[in-house]
Amino acid sequence: MKKSWIAFLTMVFCVVFISPGWAAYKIGFVASITGPASWLGEPEKNTALMLREWINAASGIRGVPIEIVIEDSKGMEADAVLATKKLIERDNVLVVIGSSTTGESMAMVPICEQVETLMISMAAALSIVTPDDEMKRMEASKKPWLEVPKKQRYWIFKVAPSDASAVEKIYIYCQAKKIKRVAIITVSAGFGVEGRRQLKRLAPKYGIEIVADELYGPKDTDMTAQLTKIKASPAQAVINWSVGPTQVIVTKNWSDLGMRGKIPLIQSHGFGNKSNIKLAGGAAEGVITPLGRVLYAEKVDPKNPQKPVIMKYKTEYEKRFKSDVSTFGGHAYDAIMMVADALKAVGADKKGIRDYLETKIRNWPGTGGIYNMSPTDHTGFGADGFEMMEVVHGEWEFAK
Amino acid sequence: MGKENRRAVFILMICLGIFPFFIRSDYYLSIMIFIGINAIIVMGLSLLMGYAGQISLGHAAFFGIGAYCSGVLTVKLGFSIFTAFFCGIFLSTIMAMAIAIPTLKLKGHYLAVATLGFGEIIYVIFNELLEITGGPSGLSGIPSIHFFGYSFKGGWRYFYLVWTVAILLLIFSLNIIHSRIGRALRAVHGSEVAAQAMGVNVSQFKIQVFVLSAIYASVAGTLYAHFVTFISPSTFSLFVSILLLMMVVIGGGGSIWGALLGAGILTVLPESLRAFRDFDILVYGIILMTILLFMPEGIFKGLTLSLIWMRKKW
Amino acid sequence: MSLFSEILQFVFTGLTIGSIYSMVGLGFNIIYNATTIINLAQGEFVMFGGLIMVFLTVVLKFPLFVGFPLTVIVVMAIGAVFERFAIHPLRNASLLTLIIVTIAASILFRGIAMFIWGKDPYSLPPFTPGSPVMIGGAVIMLQTFWVLGTTLAIVVLTTLFFGKTIVGKAMSACSFNPMAASLMGIHVRKMILISFALSAGLGAVAGIVITPMSLMDYDRGPMLAVKGFCAAVLGGLGVGYGVVLGGFIVGLLESLTAGLIHSGFKDAVALVILLFILCFKPSGIFGSEEVSKIKKF
Repeated sequence: MKKSWIAFLTMVFCVVFISPGWAAYKIGFVASITGPASWLGEPEKNTALMLREWINAASGIRGVPIEIVIEDSKGMEADAVLATKKLIERDNVLVVIGSSTTGESMAMVPICEQVETLMISMAAALSIVTPDDEMKRMEASKKPWLEVPKKQRYWIFKVAPSDASAVEKIYIYCQAKKIKRVAIITVSAGFGVEGRRQLKRLAPKYGIEIVADELYGPKDTDMTAQLTKIKASPAQAVINWSVGPTQVIVTKNWSDLGMRGKIPLIQSHGFGNKSNIKLAGGAAEGVITPLGRVLYAEKVDPKNPQKPVIMKYKTEYEKRFKSDVSTFGGHAYDAIMMVADALKAVGADKKGIRDYLETKIRNWPGTGGIYNMSPTDHTGFGADGFEMMEVVHGEWEFAK
Repeated sequence: MGKENRRAVFILMICLGIFPFFIRSDYYLSIMIFIGINAIIVMGLSLLMGYAGQISLGHAAFFGIGAYCSGVLTVKLGFSIFTAFFCGIFLSTIMAMAIAIPTLKLKGHYLAVATLGFGEIIYVIFNELLEITGGPSGLSGIPSIHFFGYSFKGGWRYFYLVWTVAILLLIFSLNIIHSRIGRALRAVHGSEVAAQAMGVNVSQFKIQVFVLSAIYASVAGTLYAHFVTFISPSTFSLFVSILLLMMVVIGGGGSIWGALLGAGILTVLPESLRAFRDFDILVYGIILMTILLFMPEGIFKGLTLSLIWMRKKW
Repeated sequence: MSLFSEILQFVFTGLTIGSIYSMVGLGFNIIYNATTIINLAQGEFVMFGGLIMVFLTVVLKFPLFVGFPLTVIVVMAIGAVFERFAIHPLRNASLLTLIIVTIAASILFRGIAMFIWGKDPYSLPPFTPGSPVMIGGAVIMLQTFWVLGTTLAIVVLTTLFFGKTIVGKAMSACSFNPMAASLMGIHVRKMILISFALSAGLGAVAGIVITPMSLMDYDRGPMLAVKGFCAAVLGGLGVGYGVVLGGFIVGLLESLTAGLIHSGFKDAVALVILLFILCFKPSGIFGSEEVSKIKKF
């Protein structure tokens, strides 16, 4: 009798005190939900909420539900640091996903490296996954446009395409169109500066000359002056690199200055949001941009392995949140699903999850592209994640 | 420094000294470290605003100069942390003098705009000097502080470092206030003309305080850079200057203790509002409004007054 | 494209941007004239103007001539409520505290706007559809004429209001010496209330006319407020025409620097010139030093 009581009490003890540790797989999620980069953080947060429901509705992973702890980094590095520390210490998360912007991600990198926790960034810059000395070596090279990283940060991965990939896609398109002189106009904020650096770095590789190099601020309301200069230059195409309202204003100004048909406007992959076309009114007609396939999932070739993934994500997202799908939310999807796959294979093992990502994510169809992670590539895909698209009657069509 | 202040500093030192023994979490220690860093800047601003009656909307720039000097000199040029730290102070001093001397004759809103303009110019420079500062993408790989073979990596060590600096500056500030300079400053705040008539060299004092507050901010910048190990211009924008100003006013413009309190409250508040998710900006705004409406003299004075009121009651 | 038409283009762009700064600056000026407060929530009135207009005309499908006045009235009401609940109870507090209150209000307003409209930017169709006009090789959008025209109308109206009407003159009196003003039988409280409502309305007008060109989102206010503030100080706080000219000067400087020098430095150049001018004219280009000595701030 006594023994059975002890057994019973032990069981109760186990259930009450030990099981909470196993009750859920905890994933930390940092995004700039408010502040200047909120248009990135918002779809990312929505996607995280939706995926949590999907996974838990399918009785979790190995029968264990997942919990995604979402924190707002407000577009500030100091906030990203605090959010990451909170997730790692107070919530004891297995993995940290985030953040939305390069600056915030860079501030989080040393923390995750120090406590040896996997971090998957949703921002684009190559420097997030590449160690500083490797970046320096590449920059110091005599032909920087031919360099690729040979080393990656051990604990850090990212799922957003590098800016260089989008640039290469654009330049390949320009080559095919016999465009040799381009003008670039970029926003003087993280995204634009990185894009500008890559545009300048890769131009010689494709025999392209940059004939005008214009800038504007992230809160500017009119870029007519800069575009006027470009109009007067010998450029055959203008490439804009920015995200948010400014890229719509550039589109409007470009259209108003009557540059359509003469100097085509090529936008960065940041243009990947239907609402940009709506906001620009008719001005976006003829804009060309490299886009991830999730945005035009219906038009993608059914043989493409990405097709089922992106169709499901797109329809569900649009039904649930009544807003157009964006590539940024897709980054959150890819990061969470990779972690979910890893958890399925190795369980709650931090090192195991990392190793799974580096070695087992091969030909893995996500929303961004088909991922092939390796010890020298923690991004997993390149220019092949994009197609050049053109705005025709307010819709994306494959650019001819 | 009066008797009461001495006692208060002593209590504060004990509280901070034992804090890491009870709170082991790196997260809470990081919050305390950010409070310390903000407190250092806000103390300087409080000397400038509360005691000398000058308003500055450009102190994030000095914060940034300190941070970028430390970052750029250690990362790009291989300077020692110590040398870089003093270079930051030196550069801030030069800049502060350069801006203080011509703008001295300005007052009120005009001075505010002049300092704002200065801050924005520095911000643009951080953004545009791509080769040196890394531009908007920021500067990464800043080493953590170590001297004499002792590394200050890790939460509690850095906590002690930041707060030792903060307490030293606190004692220094309290001494200034209760010295001849402090009395002269308050005279300047009360009435410049009267102070001048009494033989106070008003413009000299104003420059000195402005430079001093710039040095405080620069020190904080160094501490920030080596703690986060990554810096980008957005940390030093105008809106950070405004936030710092709010810390002074919310804490209580006329006192160093208020500055400490303001820095603490406005650093902790956003963290504690994490539960509100997207609506934290709304709640944050409401709380700020409430504090200002009910304690227009700042929390420090508000609390002191209510304490006195309570003592009388019982 | 010739250099002449390029410069002409820069000038038109500068005038357009400048007129927005002017309108924001005038909003500052009205409140400053009545209270010596700088209302840093002024940019949020612009933001409310744009977003409420979008709600009325795009969502509720009101015609332009109904939506326009309605928006202005709603924003004026917001301004009045703000004065009654946040500024009025603190009338004995220090000026700095009051300015910080306006910053807190701006954060609160942004929170409310984000709550209602979310974080996406919104657009309005141009008031008059049609293709842009060519003048001397420069392209001018039709909306530009609306912006410039509105600014002109507002400058004329405010000048008449402060110069010719009893209420306007009474408001100016309040700023110099509220005590003396109230002894002269001026209802100071009411004047301050009116000044907030007026400047909110002005902000709303600015917001409505720029939204078709530059979109509007909840976070747009602070930058506009800062630029308007600089414009007002450059021209000389308290001097209506000075503030307006200050706005145009800042706008033109920005656009010409971006076009002729380097677009990355456009904000810096405008500010360096501002600092330079303040060194020689501490009260702004058109401000009077005599007057600014009397004022506490």
